[in-house]
Amino acid sequence: MDLNLLWYLVPSVVMFCCGVYGFVTRKNMIAILVSLELILNSADLNFAIFNRFLFPGSMEGMVFTLFAIAIAAAETAVAIAIIINIYRAIGSTEVNETNSMKH
Amino acid sequence: MVGNIILYFVVALVMVIFSFMAVKTTKILRAATYLLFVLLGSAVFYFQLGYQFLGAVQVAVYAGGIMVLFVFAILLTNRPNDDEHPLRSHRRVLGMLASVAGAVLLLWSLFTMPMVEGEGVRSLSDALAAGPDITMKMIGQAFTGTEKYQYLLPFEAVSVLLLACIIGGVTVARKR
Repeated sequence: MDLNLLWYLVPSVVMFCCGVYGFVTRKNMIAILVSLELILNSADLNFAIFNRFLFPGSMEGMVFTLFAIAIAAAETAVAIAIIINIYRAIGSTEVNETNSMKH
Repeated sequence: MVGNIILYFVVALVMVIFSFMAVKTTKILRAATYLLFVLLGSAVFYFQLGYQFLGAVQVAVYAGGIMVLFVFAILLTNRPNDDEHPLRSHRRVLGMLASVAGAVLLLWSLFTMPMVEGEGVRSLSDALAAGPDITMKMIGQAFTGTEKYQYLLPFEAVSVLLLACIIGGVTVARKR
């Protein structure tokens, strides 16, 4: 018995589906962002896993995971700035109450 | 090799359990803490797969930087003892349906894909032996060259993106 591709992909699948569940059901915007991080992290993990097991001679999966981590950091920073600004404007971070921005 | 398998099981169990708890808990600060454990677990996977630099970046950027941002944002926007309200039932059913159906579909296609039965699947030790050790010199050359399989342009684009993100974050979040 030895670890192969499938063993590593299964936790990644579970992480992705937990992220989808949280993304659909959460109402607090920061909690939605937490679920989004789960989804992004499972995608990053898949890049590295496929690179290691299917193409061990190259390192493109690792390089693109590094880019994805950098872009995820930028995206999270901007999203949190927007959420804090919304909280200042309407005093809440629930997605149901943010429709008041329209008026 | 046995140590690797035991480590895999412990980390996989931690990641699965804490992913569930991160989306099920009603306390938002706890959700962020459980997310931290998931991120650290995937850093352990990166180390195990032989990507030491990637694991270090994961710990520094995700577990270090992004989690601090999350905790700051939660403490700035949440009143104490203000838990998340119970969810409406139809959205919970919808989310459960989407995630369970997605998981079943993904796992089914994963375990029936043709390359699993063929010779194409290596074990971890074979995969680690088949490729070169990834050194800092290789990573640096991959990021600063303009040849094939070298990524100077995306690297510079990411640095401009981070600059734009700093300015955008300050502009959006500053007090007026």
